[in-house]
Amino acid sequence: MTREEIIEKGQVVYHKPTLLNDTPMHYCPGCSHGVVHKLVSEVIEEMEMTEKTIAISPVGCAVFAYKYIDVDWQEAAHGRAPALASATKRLWPDRLVFTYQGDGDLACIGTAETIHALNRAENITIIFINNAIYGMTGGQMAPTTLLGMKTATCPYGREVSLHGYPLKVTEIAATLDGTCYVTRQAVHTVAAINRAKKAIRKAFEYSMQGKGSNLVEIVSTCNSGWKMSPEKANKWMEENMFEFYHLGDLKDAGADK
Amino acid sequence: MADQEITLMKGNEAIAHAAIRCGCDGYFGYPITPQSEVLETLAAEKPWETTGMVVLQAESEVSSINMVYGGASTGKKVMTSSSSPGISLMQEGISYMAGAELPALIVDVMRGGPGLGTIQPSQSDYFQACKGGGHGDYHLIVLAPASVQEMADFVDLAFTLAFRYRNPAMILADGAIGQMMEKVVLPPFKPRRTEEEIIKECPWATTGRVGGRKPNIITSLELRSEEMEVINLRIQAKYREIEEKEVRFEEFMLDDADYAIVAFGSAARIAKKSIEIARSQGIKVGLLRPITLWPFPTKEVQKLAERVKGILSLEINAGQMVEDIRLAVEGKVPVRHFGRLGGIIPDPDEVVDALKRSF
Repeated sequence: MTREEIIEKGQVVYHKPTLLNDTPMHYCPGCSHGVVHKLVSEVIEEMEMTEKTIAISPVGCAVFAYKYIDVDWQEAAHGRAPALASATKRLWPDRLVFTYQGDGDLACIGTAETIHALNRAENITIIFINNAIYGMTGGQMAPTTLLGMKTATCPYGREVSLHGYPLKVTEIAATLDGTCYVTRQAVHTVAAINRAKKAIRKAFEYSMQGKGSNLVEIVSTCNSGWKMSPEKANKWMEENMFEFYHLGDLKDAGADK
Repeated sequence: MADQEITLMKGNEAIAHAAIRCGCDGYFGYPITPQSEVLETLAAEKPWETTGMVVLQAESEVSSINMVYGGASTGKKVMTSSSSPGISLMQEGISYMAGAELPALIVDVMRGGPGLGTIQPSQSDYFQACKGGGHGDYHLIVLAPASVQEMADFVDLAFTLAFRYRNPAMILADGAIGQMMEKVVLPPFKPRRTEEEIIKECPWATTGRVGGRKPNIITSLELRSEEMEVINLRIQAKYREIEEKEVRFEEFMLDDADYAIVAFGSAARIAKKSIEIARSQGIKVGLLRPITLWPFPTKEVQKLAERVKGILSLEINAGQMVEDIRLAVEGKVPVRHFGRLGGIIPDPDEVVDALKRSF
């Protein structure tokens, strides 16, 4: 049976969101980015915001996000996406504006832009992919790298005496008066994917309702950087990442704002 | 004719008023002496209640220039202002904007450096304004006002040029022009463009896929070398066109001059006084004042070298523009530099002495 015949018979139970185009992704097999791209695309489509979305991509693995999701994109300098998003949303208040950033981009070089955009209550959403490593540049230590974790720039494992502690930016964000919705999710199981999608939808809706800034962290795998198979990476994430980065909503002030 | 009213104000204030009047959509800035009056004036004027202009104090110059990058990406008329150390911080964002070919206005009210330097006037950002400043092969369109009136007039001009060529433009003033009060006639009110007008005029802008059009992408990234060279060549061709069409300058008492001073901004005002003094002593000297520092009036300097015996570059720095003059003159006549440093403004008499010493 061809694809067309299946569609004709009305037997489609699932389809790729049309916003996600057919460009082959550069992401490694098993990487969480692909799933999150799909969720973001689905939510934009379901909210019927395709013609009103302006997205900001980072420097890092998601630098080419604009090649895969068919909305308008601005490609920011490393860490600066929340600044671009702040101005864009203020200048076009009826647009859906979100950034899509990794942990090196958001939690290290762009910490100032992130904290201040969130605390100015910019009506934007930040999608934060935390895989505890610099993926694009070849697996160096990130601010979110766990203690003991080995990377190209802490080859003997992250040590407090040498590198300090991993940073929980999302916990910081939850303390800011400017944030409305702050949550930490994952996309390693079907149930987790469904929860993550609901979180993205809620964040996007709050931003359109003018309730302030929203941060959706997705604890993710980087099997290339971690040097693990996708399956092993998922297991390692559950056993180690979730211990330090607890999943769930950290703040939901949507009803109060 | 309220619009034609003559008012007295600082150069920095004139920038703010002119921005509101010329239909600017957004200002993003961070306080730094000697230009803080730009943001202060905008905050006091509350244009968001009248024209709808957005005014936002950012957490840093790094953030302000990236707000400008974001705003410019949507086709809006956006600007920032700062002073030398702040402009240094902005260079990354400026390079990205030149690479992504975005129109925007950056105002630099120069103070003396290097480093934290001084808060007194200087012209020592000529290099970082005219020679790229950040990484990569690019230029800004650089306008050098020499009066409060030109501070007001150049805002609209800078936006016009920026949008004509999809390139960031800079107003390169100095602390003296920013702080001094002078008579000024502010430009007439021009409404901000509507969203429909922006979408029509800037089909490249990231405004959302209005009407279901294809996605627009604003980026300076291209990993394929062959493609990146093509992009660079296209940008360079644009620069050649700007050099051909947009050179602006003023001539003063050059007709019978034996010697010429080349000076911009505050230095050009001092030069005029020095020329008066020198001529009273029988020295025939005139002034060429570049109004666009990039594109530099190279041809005019070349013509000058054919008819004068020597050229003095008067700058409030250690000698930056003098390099461009020498490149234009090609050794035909002696080219000397005179300047004061550390935020000291040269005295007209010492310029005359420098002239006598030089030739």
